[in-house]
Amino acid sequence: MIGHTESTEATPQTVQLRLRKVPRTSWRFLRRWPVVPVVVIVLLATFALFAPLIAPFDPNDQNLRRSLARPMWYSEYYQTDPIGQRLETRHILGADKFGRDVFSRVVYGTRVSLAVAIIAMASGTILGAWAGITTGFYGGLFDELMTRFVDVWNALPFLLIALVVSITVGQGVIIMMVLLIMLTWVGLVRNVRAEVLSLKTRDYVLAARVAGASDIRLMYRHILPGVSNLLLVLASLRVGGLILTEASLSFLGVGIPSRIPSWGQMISDGRDTLDEAWWISFFPGLGIFLTVMSMNFLGDWIRDRTDPRLRQLSD
Amino acid sequence: MFAALSMIVASMAVFGLAHAKEDPINLFIQPGYFMAPETLAALKAKWGLDKPLVLQYLTWAGNMLRGDLGDSVQQQRPVTKIVGEKWGATAQLAIVAWIFGTITGVPLGIVSALKRGSPTDYFARGFALFGQSLPAFWVGLVGIWIFAVYLGWLPVFGRGSGLPFFEQAKHYVLPVLVLGWGPMAGYMRITRSAMLEVLDSEYIKLARAKGVSNRVVVWKHALRNALIQPLTIATLLLAGFMDGAVLVEVIFAWPGVGRVAVEAVNQNDFMLITGTVFIFTALYLVMSLVADLLYTIVDPRIRYA
Repeated sequence: MIGHTESTEATPQTVQLRLRKVPRTSWRFLRRWPVVPVVVIVLLATFALFAPLIAPFDPNDQNLRRSLARPMWYSEYYQTDPIGQRLETRHILGADKFGRDVFSRVVYGTRVSLAVAIIAMASGTILGAWAGITTGFYGGLFDELMTRFVDVWNALPFLLIALVVSITVGQGVIIMMVLLIMLTWVGLVRNVRAEVLSLKTRDYVLAARVAGASDIRLMYRHILPGVSNLLLVLASLRVGGLILTEASLSFLGVGIPSRIPSWGQMISDGRDTLDEAWWISFFPGLGIFLTVMSMNFLGDWIRDRTDPRLRQLSD
Repeated sequence: MFAALSMIVASMAVFGLAHAKEDPINLFIQPGYFMAPETLAALKAKWGLDKPLVLQYLTWAGNMLRGDLGDSVQQQRPVTKIVGEKWGATAQLAIVAWIFGTITGVPLGIVSALKRGSPTDYFARGFALFGQSLPAFWVGLVGIWIFAVYLGWLPVFGRGSGLPFFEQAKHYVLPVLVLGWGPMAGYMRITRSAMLEVLDSEYIKLARAKGVSNRVVVWKHALRNALIQPLTIATLLLAGFMDGAVLVEVIFAWPGVGRVAVEAVNQNDFMLITGTVFIFTALYLVMSLVADLLYTIVDPRIRYA
């Protein structure tokens, strides 16, 4: 306080006082704003958007001479080892069994992970919002059937259903997205429906109805803005889970096809050589972890910011 | 009633998937192998593949109901037999992991609610957050790398059957930790928020005002009411176990049903994978029924007609 009011010029003493406050104010700033998650997500988005510019190698470029090359900080490997010495460029995070650069593959893997998760989340949210608003607004038989269906759908073991799909329909990015959309939208219906049930008896909705607004207008002009908050919170809380699911499926070999580099599949690739080359599995997993963690943090923050009443939605 | 409905929808979904792409007879034949015309005809007759779609479904569902899940294409043995052999290993792992998740997650939630804002609370919440953000299969691999490969304390994979008890217990450590971490985090979060809510309620304040000792307030008044929430979520967590078991069994080469399912996918063994899906679904529904019944016992305010 003294530093702010007393002098405009920085004497050594005031500088010291200001510096002493730095840890405390920055800690407060960190607690108030989601700095770390945003930084991580922006970094990942940059990776995804500019992958060809950032990645030093082609992610699918195989070169058996580089097989299991070590990460760049193993300097003795690159200086004294007969194989390491022959490599022209160092691999930032090493290379896998086929000599593909791990860092480049992690960067390209960001693309698939984020794209699949975000597109599935967006479409699933739209579908879930539509279903929730329609069932809540009209009620009746359609509502009854839909609620039943959602209950049944939630009771099915998703991973195993995905395995069946992969064996009968095949694999592909589109199939993967459809599966994730199916997983997403049912999770939203119940929450949205409950909110709509309370919203549709509010005075402002009744007033709009008296004024002659059509059902469509009531649902999408008057009720939808009321649930948009809830939708945003739910979507941001669940996108992390979607990324995890996608990675699990790719790990089992039924998700993203193997010609596209994806994190889950890289982890699976590194399993056989775990004792000699830990970096192949480790870094993609770290990528998944950081992404999901940031998404979860951001979701928590959005929830607390917009409506602390929604605390129960954490799971 | 609800359980039966779920089974019907599940069977329809699988049936629909079987017919999604091509002639379903291909799902019974191993690619590249010759099958005698008589055998083929017998298979067609058994599953009603020459009849209209509705009848096909009814034949198929009828076979399922009679406990005939078909033969594995790859192993040429009944699916029920294969699953029956592997069943024990999965159940054992799931039960041990469930016990682990419960006895660590619930107390951790209680403690962190009682000491809100303390370092213990932050630690517990961080632990839970990690459990929900870390991919289980990756934790498993890193665990193998650190404890089995690098330190050599624990065995790398398998169930260790036939070994003395202590040696066998070592085989359980990593899989149980990996499988139990997620559910543990779920239990912890739910217990914590339920406990905080209860501690804030009027009747707790009344009990405190009456001069009831802190211990009795916490253990008798608060805890009993707070435990309802973790019980309800038990069914949700069970679903997580099913999915988690598949991953954990693959990583640790655990000889259970989940691994059978993944191998079936790799070998294009359609009947085997549908069989495991059915058994998992049925099991899940039975468990959720049990959880519903338990719920009424724990919370007498709820009565099912």
